[in-house]
Amino acid sequence: MSSATAHREPRAYHLPEEPHLHEGHSTMLGFWMYLMSDCLIFAILFATYAVLGGSYAGGPGPKDLFDLPLVALNTAMLLFSSITYGFAMLAMEKNRVSATQGWLVVTLLFGGAFLFIELYEFAHLIHEGAGPWRSAFLSSFFTLVGTHGLHVTFGSIWLVTLMVQVAKKGLIPANKRRLMCLSMFWHFLDVIWIGVFTFVYLMGVLR
Amino acid sequence: MTTAQMIFGRLTWDSFPWHEPIVVATFVAVVLGGAALVAALTWFRLWGYLWKEWFTSVDHKKIGIMYMVLGLIMFLRGFADAIMMRIQQAWAFNGSEGYLNAHHYDQVFTAHGVIMIFFVAMPFITGLMNYIVPLQIGARDVSFPFLNNFSFWMTTGGAVLVMMSLFLGEFAQTGWLAYPPLSGLAYSPATGVDYYIWALQVAGVGTTLSGINLIATIVKMRAPGMSLMKMPVFTWTSLCANVLIVASFPILTATLVLLSLDRYAGTAFFTNDFGGNPMMYVNLIWIWGHPEVYILILPLFGVFSEVVSTFCGKRLFGYTSMVYATCTIMVLSYLVWLHHFFTMGSGASVNSFFGITTMIISIPTGAKLFNWLFTMYRGKIRFELPMMWAVAFMLTFTVGGMTGVLLAVPPADFVLHNSLFLIAHFHNVIIGGVLFGLFAAINYWWPKAFGFRLNVFWGKVSFWCWNIGFWLAFGPLYVLGLMGVTRRLRVLDDPSLQPWFVIAAIGAAIIAIGIGAMLIQFAVSIWKRDELRDPTGDPWDGRTLEWATSSPPPEYNFAFTPVVYDGDTWADMKKNGYQRPLSGYRPIHMPSSTGAGVILAGLATLCGFALIWYIWWLAGLSFIGIVAVAIGHTFNYKRDFYIPAEDVTRTEEERTQILAAGV
Repeated sequence: MSSATAHREPRAYHLPEEPHLHEGHSTMLGFWMYLMSDCLIFAILFATYAVLGGSYAGGPGPKDLFDLPLVALNTAMLLFSSITYGFAMLAMEKNRVSATQGWLVVTLLFGGAFLFIELYEFAHLIHEGAGPWRSAFLSSFFTLVGTHGLHVTFGSIWLVTLMVQVAKKGLIPANKRRLMCLSMFWHFLDVIWIGVFTFVYLMGVLR
Repeated sequence: MTTAQMIFGRLTWDSFPWHEPIVVATFVAVVLGGAALVAALTWFRLWGYLWKEWFTSVDHKKIGIMYMVLGLIMFLRGFADAIMMRIQQAWAFNGSEGYLNAHHYDQVFTAHGVIMIFFVAMPFITGLMNYIVPLQIGARDVSFPFLNNFSFWMTTGGAVLVMMSLFLGEFAQTGWLAYPPLSGLAYSPATGVDYYIWALQVAGVGTTLSGINLIATIVKMRAPGMSLMKMPVFTWTSLCANVLIVASFPILTATLVLLSLDRYAGTAFFTNDFGGNPMMYVNLIWIWGHPEVYILILPLFGVFSEVVSTFCGKRLFGYTSMVYATCTIMVLSYLVWLHHFFTMGSGASVNSFFGITTMIISIPTGAKLFNWLFTMYRGKIRFELPMMWAVAFMLTFTVGGMTGVLLAVPPADFVLHNSLFLIAHFHNVIIGGVLFGLFAAINYWWPKAFGFRLNVFWGKVSFWCWNIGFWLAFGPLYVLGLMGVTRRLRVLDDPSLQPWFVIAAIGAAIIAIGIGAMLIQFAVSIWKRDELRDPTGDPWDGRTLEWATSSPPPEYNFAFTPVVYDGDTWADMKKNGYQRPLSGYRPIHMPSSTGAGVILAGLATLCGFALIWYIWWLAGLSFIGIVAVAIGHTFNYKRDFYIPAEDVTRTEEERTQILAAGV
C-alpha cells in the first residue's frame, strides 16, 4: 500500500476557494452530443433509403424524377449559406454587432431560398403523381430530404430568434455561445446535405 | 366531416370503454382515488409546496426522487397487468375462455411490456443516476439543470398518455415492440398504436436529453483529482449506459417516426404493398432494443459493485477489469441485435455472426461476476439488505445468463423463438438483474436520500417472497417453453399444461406479497423514522463521496468542493483522518427553479393526445405553443443565484451539532 506511506503531510481534501465553473461550461460538449444523436436519426433515414430506395413498386425512379440542375442550384444556396454563416462568426469574434447581424440576414436569405426551391421540387413531384405514398422509394426519399428541410426550417426560426436576442442584448457571452451552437447546427446540416446530394441525387441518376 | 369531428377528431362517447366491466370498475377506483388525493392535497394546502419545491425544482436530488416515485407508481400498474395475465392463463383451459376477452388481453400484455421497460425500469435507473452520480463525483448539480427537469416531465408525459389509454380508447394490441404490418393502419386502425407511438416519442425526448445531460455532467463536472480511472464504478456504468442512451434512443425515435408516417401520411415503409419491408422495422427497432437492455442492466452492475465492496469492507476486486468489461459490453451490445429474429432467415453466415457476438458478451459479464465473487472472498461480509439482494442477483442472474447463451445458438433459437422459454429467460435477467439491483439500490441509498434506514424485517419478508415467488412464477415457464408453448396465448387447449400455469400464478401471487411487503417496509420506516434515524450521513461505512455529506444532503451537496486522491474517495478520506471543515463557508452558486419544463412537457403531452385522436387544430396549436414557450424561455438570461454564506454556515452548523450529539 503505497498510499499509506507515500504522504506524511495531511492531504488537503478541499479547495480553499470555490472553483468557479464558468457559465455554459458544458454547453458545447452537450450540443455536440445532441448533434451526434441527430446524426444518428439521419443515419437511420439514409439506411432506410439504402434498403428501400430501389423499391419503385412499378412507379417512377430517380432517373425519371430528379432534375439535377435544380438540385445543383439548391445545393449552392445551402453551401453559400454556410459560408456566410462563417463570415458572421468571424464578425462576432471581432465583436462587430452590425456586421454579424448583416451576415446572419444573408444566411437566412440563402437558407430561405434553399427551402423555397426544395418545396418547389416537392410540389412538382407530387403534382406528377410521385408523392411519398406512391412507393417505398418515394417514401424514403421524401422522408430523408424532408427531415433535412425541417431541420433547416427550425434552424431558420432559431436564427431569427438569435438575431432578436443579439439586437436586444448585444454580443454578450451567452449570445455568443448560442451563435456558436447554431453555427455547429448549420454546418452539420450542410454536411448532411452533401450526403443527400451524393447518395440520393447523384447516385440515383447513375443507377 | 362534421363539426363534432372537426372539434373532437375521432373522440366520441363510444371511445370510453363502457362495455368492459373490469375497465369501468378500475376507472371508478382511479377516479375516486384521484379525487381523494386532489382533495387531500388541497385540504393540506400542499399544491404550492409541491409546485415550488418539487415540480419546478432543478435540484438533481429532487428530480431523482420524482423519477423513483414515477417508476414505483407505474410498477404497480405494470404488475397489475402481469397478474391479470397469470390468472387468465391459469384459468383458460378445458374450453374456458378465462375472464379476459381477446381485445382486452392483447392490450394487457402489450401494456405490461411497454410500461415495465419504458415507464418502470427507465425512470428507476434514470432517477438513481440522477440522484447518485452528481454526489459521487462531488458536483453541485448536473450540467444542464433545466433540461433535467424538462426530461423528467417528458417521461411523465409519456406515462400519462399510456395511463390515459386505459380509459379513453384503447392501447396497442401488438406486443411491446409493435411490429408491422400488424401495427400498420390496415390491421390496427384504432387509437392503440397511436397511443404507443406518442407515449414513447414524448418520453423518448426526455430520455435522450437526460442521457446527454448525464454524460456532460460526468465528463465536465468531476471533482478536482477524480480522473476517469478514479471514478466510482456506479458512475462508470452510468456513463456507459448514458452513452448507450444517446447512441440508441434516436434510432427508436426515427423508427417510430417512420411507423407514424405509414399510419398518418400513407407512406409505404413497412407495408406489405408498394415496396415496403416490415423486416426493416424489426431490424431498426432491435438496433435500438438490444442496447436498451444494456442501458437497463449496466447501472445496476454498478450498484452491485458499490454494494459488494461496501458490505465486504474492502476495495472492489479488479476495478480496472470492471471498467473495461463495462466498456466492452457497451460496444458489443450494438453487434447482437439480429439474435432477436434469427428466424427471419437471413442465412447461416449472418446468424452465425450474431450468435457468436452474443456468446462473446457473456465473457465480460462473467468477468464481472468473478470480480464480485473475489471481492467477497475473504471479505468481512455484512448481510444487510442491499448485500442480500446482491447475492440473490448473482445466483438468479447467472441462470438467466446461461439460458441466454442457450438462446444465442441459432438452431436452438429456431425451436425456442417466441416460446415461454424466452419469456422466462428475459424475466430471469430483468427481474434478477434490474429489479433486484433496484431493490439493492433503494435499500442502500434510501438512508442517504431521507436520513433514516429502511425497516429490516419487512425488507426481509419482501426479499424472500420475491426470490421464492420469482422461481415459482418463471421456473414453470422454462418447462412450458421447452415443451413448445408460445408466448401471448390467451386460451390453451392441452389440459396437461394447466398445473404449470397454476404454479406460475401462485408464484406471481407470492411476488405480489413481496411487493406489498416492500410498500409496508416503506410505510413502517417512514412511521418509525426517528428510531431508524442515521445522524452520521454514513450508515454503512461507505467508500464513495456521496457518504461524505449529510443525509439528506443539503441543496448544494458539499459545502466545499472535495479534492480526490483515490478511487474509494471517502474510504481514503476516513483512513487519512479527514476533518470536516467547520468555518470559512462561502456563497454557493446554484441554478434557479423554473416552471418552463412542466409547461413544455404538458404541451408536448397535449400535442401527442391531439395527434392520437386526430384533433388537428389542437395538435397544431399545442405545437406552436411548444415552440413559443421554448423560444420565450431562451429570453430568460438569469438562471442562477447564490446561496448566501450565512445560509451555508447555518446548515453546516446544524450538522455539526447533530454529529456532536451522535458521538
